[in-house]
Amino acid sequence: MLAGRRDIINQLQKDILLLQGFRPHVAATGNMGLGPVEAAFPNGVFPTGAVHEFISNAAEQTAASSGFLAGLLAPLMRQGGACIWISASRTLFPPALKSFGVQPDQVVFIDLEREKDVLWAMEEALKCEGLAAVVGEMKEIGFTASRRLQLAVEQSRVTGFLLRYQPRNLHAIASVARWSIKPLASKLEAGMPGVGFPRWEVALQKVRNGKPGVWEIEWTDKGFRQVPKEVPQRLEVERRKIG
Amino acid sequence: MPGRFISIWFRHLTTDWHIIRQPTLKEQAFVLAVTAHGRMVVAAASANAEQQGAMSGMAVADVRALIPGLQVFDEQPGMALRLLTALAKWCIRYTPVAAIDQPDGLILDISGCAHLWGGEELYLKEIVTRIRSHGYRIRAAMADTPGAAWAIARYGKEEPIIKSGEQASALMSLPPVALRLEEATLQRLQKLGLYQVKSFIAMPRASLRRRFGPGMLLRIDQALGWENEVIIPVEPTLIYQERLPCLEPIMTRTGIEIALERLLEALCNSLRQKGMGLRTAVLKACRVDGKTEQAEIGTNRASHNATHLFKLFENKINSIEPALGIELFILEAPKVEILEAPQEALWNSGLSLESMALAELIDRITNKLGTNVIHRYLPAQHYWPERSIQKANALQEKPAIEWSNQVPRPVQLLHKPDPIEVSAPIPDYPPMLFRYKGKLHRIKRADGPERIECEWWLEQGQHRDYYMVEDEEGQRYWVFRLGHYTGEASDGWFIHGFFA
Repeated sequence: MLAGRRDIINQLQKDILLLQGFRPHVAATGNMGLGPVEAAFPNGVFPTGAVHEFISNAAEQTAASSGFLAGLLAPLMRQGGACIWISASRTLFPPALKSFGVQPDQVVFIDLEREKDVLWAMEEALKCEGLAAVVGEMKEIGFTASRRLQLAVEQSRVTGFLLRYQPRNLHAIASVARWSIKPLASKLEAGMPGVGFPRWEVALQKVRNGKPGVWEIEWTDKGFRQVPKEVPQRLEVERRKIG
Repeated sequence: MPGRFISIWFRHLTTDWHIIRQPTLKEQAFVLAVTAHGRMVVAAASANAEQQGAMSGMAVADVRALIPGLQVFDEQPGMALRLLTALAKWCIRYTPVAAIDQPDGLILDISGCAHLWGGEELYLKEIVTRIRSHGYRIRAAMADTPGAAWAIARYGKEEPIIKSGEQASALMSLPPVALRLEEATLQRLQKLGLYQVKSFIAMPRASLRRRFGPGMLLRIDQALGWENEVIIPVEPTLIYQERLPCLEPIMTRTGIEIALERLLEALCNSLRQKGMGLRTAVLKACRVDGKTEQAEIGTNRASHNATHLFKLFENKINSIEPALGIELFILEAPKVEILEAPQEALWNSGLSLESMALAELIDRITNKLGTNVIHRYLPAQHYWPERSIQKANALQEKPAIEWSNQVPRPVQLLHKPDPIEVSAPIPDYPPMLFRYKGKLHRIKRADGPERIECEWWLEQGQHRDYYMVEDEEGQRYWVFRLGHYTGEASDGWFIHGFFA
């Protein structure tokens, strides 16, 4: 009897998710290689065709967010789709995208002067069916504006990313997830000189119908990798490692 | 019914063009020269130079000896043909069949056209005065056959208009060269003492053929009208234009929108039939008070999609001021291109850069926010970071070389390197700590240096030694030292970017 009730609840939850626009696993989209981070989303699938929000408070965090974002773009753009990157003050250096598996010439940059235009261009781009992804860099976005973006992606199934640098107020907007990426010290095998793979503290601060959490993720030459929890060892001798 | 033809002879086609461009040349002697067999040869001489003895085919050095103060310009190859084509297209106003007659003339088929100008004299006079007023020195003649008109235009001494059926008698006193004969035939006629057409035209055809070949008989027949001569007219450039006159003056936005919709539909239909798409379109609104309002749009790829073009125009309608009312709308497409039919894909694999929908999105953005907001980058063969990418000109442009993945590059690059305060232990070593924007960063890990030379053939400057450094909080930076170590405190260190 109890089992039957649980089944019914599960079924209802699935129905609600469907009504809210979360679709079960689709073969073409799907695996981002994020492992446990993806499991935090409803159905365990990274939601494409939705708007994601990245918050950063420093230039270093923006760099980390763009790197992580580029890693997400790579599987979305694998089928030859184009990506549109809209910004009012862009410092992104296109050749760096290559190391995250994105062909930089597949990205069309739209460099505008006013944030208002960025919002307009972003909405227009999100309405354009078939684009791999649309990235918009903007400081502030109101709830109404974010609803408009949400309505656009529900029609076109394009994935949108909002990169927000030092937003003044962090009230809720209509996004499927709010991320915050912070750089972490890279780790190399003991005694090796140089700088290791980029490593981030990936925090899912808000997820619609999912479980927020914090993970340590590294970008290796094979893609994302979750850093296993290390048993604290004896304190290392303070030593500069250069090469 | 016999046809009527006008032959126009441009006596100094290319040199006249130079005089039109530069009126001071009119009084001077000048020639256009080409290089042939290692020397300069006159290709065309101006009227002034010709009077003083210059001829085409002479060596420029000889002409210089004849005419001191001679000016020499380079002959532009293909120029005469270009000029003739343009002139032939201009002549379409007088007759629908205008052909180029290489190397220096035009042939117009004017059958049934002359009466529109009030008779043949007025018609010929109109053409000649109009062309002369442009600055070209010409001779023109009218006859029943192109051959006869050609002969009279160049060698005729009396009336330029040969009455219908009288070309034979008009040709009689002309030299044989007027029949457009080959050089070898002309020399043979000269040797035989046949200096005028009448001295050989009555000879039996069989003996003419035996002595001079069938080519000569053909030319005689063409001049006299016994043989048809086909002329190939120039094709007029198609103008894509639609007009919509209004019964009542239009004053409202709705009215303008309806007019625009109709015009676009008609224009796109005619473009679709020709397999063309437009790149720019201009909507002109002629107002009751005589002024004309204009709105212009451009597309990134050729398009004949009426709804898309209407969307582009929608933003511009506000700029059209109807005032007392608009009585005529004209929609023109000044720039059109061939549009390949889109290939249907079996399954949808995303929107690539070539797809029409993306081009339409870019159009909407550029029409609202300006054309210089769209950027796309291709790799360039430079290591210097600022020069390692170049802007692509078109959405379809493919990278010529592979994107390099050899050396790490920062995700964020500052537009201009920012100076930082640094303490570094030994000249070749990365810094131990640096201060950027008032914050102290202790460096735990570093990679480098990567020395990048400032390419001296492009720009003078010092090299940069780049280091990728990571501070104690795990933040990664790209810093460099400009030039060699000089021993002075910590000058010459800059931060240039942030790694992910």
